[in-house]
Amino acid sequence: MWQPILTRNIHLPNSEKITTYFDHGGYQSVRKALTLAPDDVIDLVKRARLRGRGGAGFPTGLKWSFVPKGAGVTRYLAVNTDEGEPGTFKDRAIVERDPHQIIEGVIIAAYAIQAQRAFVYIRGEFFLGVKRWIKAIADAYQYGLLGKNILNSGFSLDISVHRGAGAYICGEETAMIESLEGKRGEPRLKPPYPVQAGLWGQPTVVQNVETLVNVPHIVLNGPEWYAAIGTEKSTGPKIFCVSGHVNRPGVYELPLGTPLRTIIDDYAGGVRHGHTIKAVIPGGVSTNLVLPAQLDVPMSFEGLEAIGTQLGTGGIVVMDDTTNMVEVARRTVAFFAHESCGSCVPCRLGGYRLLETLTRFTQHTATADDLQNLQWLVRGINGITFCPLGAGMANPVNALLHHFDGEFRAHMQVN
Amino acid sequence: MPMATTSRTEIAGHGARLTDPVRQSMLLTALYLAQERHGYLTPEAIEEVASRLDLPLGHVFSTATFYSLFRTQPSGRFVIQVCDGLSCYLRDGADKVADYIGGKLGIRPGETSADGRVTLERVQCLASCGTAPALRVNDALYENLTPTSLDALLERLGEN
Repeated sequence: MWQPILTRNIHLPNSEKITTYFDHGGYQSVRKALTLAPDDVIDLVKRARLRGRGGAGFPTGLKWSFVPKGAGVTRYLAVNTDEGEPGTFKDRAIVERDPHQIIEGVIIAAYAIQAQRAFVYIRGEFFLGVKRWIKAIADAYQYGLLGKNILNSGFSLDISVHRGAGAYICGEETAMIESLEGKRGEPRLKPPYPVQAGLWGQPTVVQNVETLVNVPHIVLNGPEWYAAIGTEKSTGPKIFCVSGHVNRPGVYELPLGTPLRTIIDDYAGGVRHGHTIKAVIPGGVSTNLVLPAQLDVPMSFEGLEAIGTQLGTGGIVVMDDTTNMVEVARRTVAFFAHESCGSCVPCRLGGYRLLETLTRFTQHTATADDLQNLQWLVRGINGITFCPLGAGMANPVNALLHHFDGEFRAHMQVN
Repeated sequence: MPMATTSRTEIAGHGARLTDPVRQSMLLTALYLAQERHGYLTPEAIEEVASRLDLPLGHVFSTATFYSLFRTQPSGRFVIQVCDGLSCYLRDGADKVADYIGGKLGIRPGETSADGRVTLERVQCLASCGTAPALRVNDALYENLTPTSLDALLERLGEN
């Protein structure tokens, strides 16, 4: 039985309080990290082979090592608490129930890249999360864990909280930077990457909440201990969130590489009574479907890539045999079309046309031309949009058209 | 003008620190404060924010309308936002919840009840997929909705 590491505190009474965190070993890792050289902290994270948990899976230590060094360079850390992809609710659990674990990760990460200023960007909808972040930061200041000369180490760090205001695209790192600067959250062209030129043109590391909470455990227990969890290419624990047609939806922390079937059956209580699985979205709605024959796939970066999909955020959505896949397509596109920042035409207009066409299917007024148009639109959006949001919209439709062609045809107009 | 009384302490109370390199980064916080005061972003409030942060009016307006949590129109005292996400739909939420509430109040999503009390909206994912179906009323989240819990909620809103 797996003993949770990242979520071990979240069910404790008053788990959000600094005193609870102290009582359970909190902030010991910061004390240790501050005795090491910043480059040695980066080295630990590299050797642990931690990969970012926000969706892209980029090696965290490597990202940190790209930050320009030397005096006179202002560096920033931006904490991504803007989780919002349907099916994903893992970061919310940590922010609301164990914010100090994130702050500990923030201090260590900021120290490693020598940033004296960190920005928390949190979804505007997370009212409780905003409150918990603000309170946790205030308490950390009071205990000398933030501010000037932290624990007499000579290292100083200030953190502030910035509320987003309802825009999914702000979870994309450059759009988040634009929003933090007080602008519309429209993505920037890369390169330059934020580690070279981010907030106000300065080197900025943008890191997801779940990624940051792994860091204190790596520092405290060592990279070898950490790398022994999970698989060779996907090390460490992962917080999976399971929703849809399962008996026990919720947040489950398990080692990367745990088979999807185990997560659904043993942890989420299996599919609701009397039904079988039709398809599973493995990592948030932008990731390609896993079909019933593929349920033994290991939930790791490489395991899911091998079957043509992605780990994404680890947001598992289970759909049983009663699910209307045409409606799944329409609803997924409705989300992305609504959340498109609108700055590039294929996404702004393509998404709208895709939604219109899919709506004709759900209303049984679609024609054979519409079926062809769907394929044409998917090709016209995929790969040519300014940022990955367009692909996030087109890919699921492509997969649904491929696997459930008959269902789309059955939804066409009856002559 | 209410915004004129917005102090540094108030902005700091929202978690932001005023040591940010560029004052413009306070824009979203300032818009939130203005919206809390007036219930929505009135043209005067937008002008006030622009002048306080020394930003072009067009920039403030286009930023405010980019984000879905900022309103430029008045709404009811209670804004019910029903999650339209896939997980809520799969667990008999989304359409069914919106239809149920709309039926009880005699309004459709996007409309405000005749007494000006409740505005009904459909919104994108609230990150409550594990506790779906979900909705939000002003600052409070309601999860694992059932017809019984919806009835109780609507009754409470009627009393307040």
